[in-house]
Amino acid sequence: MTWFILRRCGAAVIVLLLGSVLIFLGVRALPGDPALVMAGEDASPALVAAIREEYGLDRPLPVQYVEYLRQTLSGNLGRSTQDQLPVATILAERLPVTLELTALAMLVAVTVGVLAGIVAAVRRGRAADYVATGFGLAGLSIPHFWLGLLAILLFSVTLRWLPASGYVPFTEDPVGNLQRMLLPTLVLGMGFAAVLMRQTRSAMLSALSADYVRTARSKGLPERAVVGVHALRNSLTTVVTVLGLQLGALISGAVVTEQIFVIPGFGKLTVDAVLTRNYPVIQAVVLVTVTAYVVINLLVDIVYAFLNPRIRLSGASHG
Amino acid sequence: MSLLDITDLTVGFDTEDGHVHAVKEVSLSLEEGEILALCGESGCGKTVTAMSVPRLLPPRTTRLTGSIRLDGRELTTLPEPQMRQVRGKEVSVVFQEPMTSLNPSFTVGFQIAEVLRRHENLSRGAARRRAVELLELVGIPAPAQRIKEYPHQLSGGMRQRVMIAIAVACSPRVLIADEPTTALDVTIQAGVLDVFRDLRDRLGTAIILITHDLGVVADIADRAVIMYAGRAAEQAPVEELFARPLHPYTLGLMKALPAAAVAAGPGGRRRLAEIPGMVPSPLADPAECAFHARCPSGQDDCLAARPSLVRHGPAHLAACFHPARSGEQP
Repeated sequence: MTWFILRRCGAAVIVLLLGSVLIFLGVRALPGDPALVMAGEDASPALVAAIREEYGLDRPLPVQYVEYLRQTLSGNLGRSTQDQLPVATILAERLPVTLELTALAMLVAVTVGVLAGIVAAVRRGRAADYVATGFGLAGLSIPHFWLGLLAILLFSVTLRWLPASGYVPFTEDPVGNLQRMLLPTLVLGMGFAAVLMRQTRSAMLSALSADYVRTARSKGLPERAVVGVHALRNSLTTVVTVLGLQLGALISGAVVTEQIFVIPGFGKLTVDAVLTRNYPVIQAVVLVTVTAYVVINLLVDIVYAFLNPRIRLSGASHG
Repeated sequence: MSLLDITDLTVGFDTEDGHVHAVKEVSLSLEEGEILALCGESGCGKTVTAMSVPRLLPPRTTRLTGSIRLDGRELTTLPEPQMRQVRGKEVSVVFQEPMTSLNPSFTVGFQIAEVLRRHENLSRGAARRRAVELLELVGIPAPAQRIKEYPHQLSGGMRQRVMIAIAVACSPRVLIADEPTTALDVTIQAGVLDVFRDLRDRLGTAIILITHDLGVVADIADRAVIMYAGRAAEQAPVEELFARPLHPYTLGLMKALPAAAVAAGPGGRRRLAEIPGMVPSPLADPAECAFHARCPSGQDDCLAARPSLVRHGPAHLAACFHPARSGEQP
């Protein structure tokens, strides 16, 4: 198991390095010259050249990359070309907001999605199943931005139960924070819950018809043990896999949701940075996203191995 | 009263194609310590008959009538919570597919201990120790090591032994073994059959052995019920059945044995006999002999009515208007 984790970590580092090369090249391939944007429309060529030199944009790409990597690893992500603030400071301010939003959305999605999936599978073909699959279909087909607008219209404008937008840090005002996060969380979590529900339902359906479930029944076990221990344990691998794969959708969903609810998070930062060709910020944003992806997938692999002895033990014996 | 009495058992399933008549008016009994073979080809109703006892058929689509009594207690109407006390404790099952019948996510020790903790109220540690003893009982070497392993680390024969260990963990009165050796190599088969024989001798467990293999029947069973198209065609003690088969279907099955082909021909060899035709559709249940279309001794009266089981000896019953004359060799 230790060997399995170490091997996975090694692979993750390689992926991150390759990712950093792609990010570096990708940003430089974007049309538009950041020095021109910073200098302004009517700047003299001398000023533009000076800015190029200051940011090292005139040096060869490999040199720029090595310098970029060295600085990144030492925690220096450069300064925003818009307001000269260190990118690391901006990230430290924006990232927790998005982390809170995605974590809450994931919590809602896993709780609702997995439970609904189990119920739908156990009560297959009955009312509870139709209700759950109906909501699942709706959750999958309704886009975030529309659901968000509807939610604001209903809960904020008509019913006046919840604030429509804005953000207060949890540490300053916990109640206000959760009040403002509730709608974005539900909007973002809904689609995710729907995906999880469908996957859990189909995984549970196939597990419930498996021979080992019949064996469990033949032992005289109560249904809750048959479903909750024997069938669920084998369905969880599917659920965890989907969880990892869907995280990308959750991140892009967060970008849209933050725009609707005017939440000063990572998503809004990304959109603003791309619109102003803010190279250092774009690089950092993409790097953080890639890192998040790699780390989540690493965690998924490890959890997966814990759930599935065939993977865990094959890792040990080949090591 | 026998240990297990099945009377007029009829089981059908509601399917998209209509009502399937799987088992029709089957009656049989099982004595303590007896090994009873249920034989016949695929779809003849042998598995459905046996699985009706622990009620392991899909509850929503199964239509069951008749009576199943274990020690005089009616099982067909027993409430589900009490039925769960019967399953795994008084009636247990060894399934056909050793490769998929164990849960891949749990150690074999857990899966054996689970049934002990459910029915015997054993503690975790006591259940674990008992699991080791059980693995030893079914002939698995290094049992203390094996209980920590997962099913995928064991061979098919080993897994089937684990299944048997689970099934006999609570010393059941009745053990149902559904084609327990079909998925195994021939060399492993004999070992598994020995385990069953040993259990019967040591614990007095009565065994219902479902099989299509007449070789297995001859090897281990005391009595056999030959089933065809959902009904019992013939029923007799095994020695008598092989010496004096009465039903043309039983006779056909015996002629289809490779050993029979080798023994019969003048040069020591001849073509393996087969029973011509097809099994009738289980969707219909006509009032004629179901075997008539394939039967070498069929006559007009076989179409007019369905033959019922008639006693031909002290424990020998056959459902045929024109049974083979005694002395006709298979």
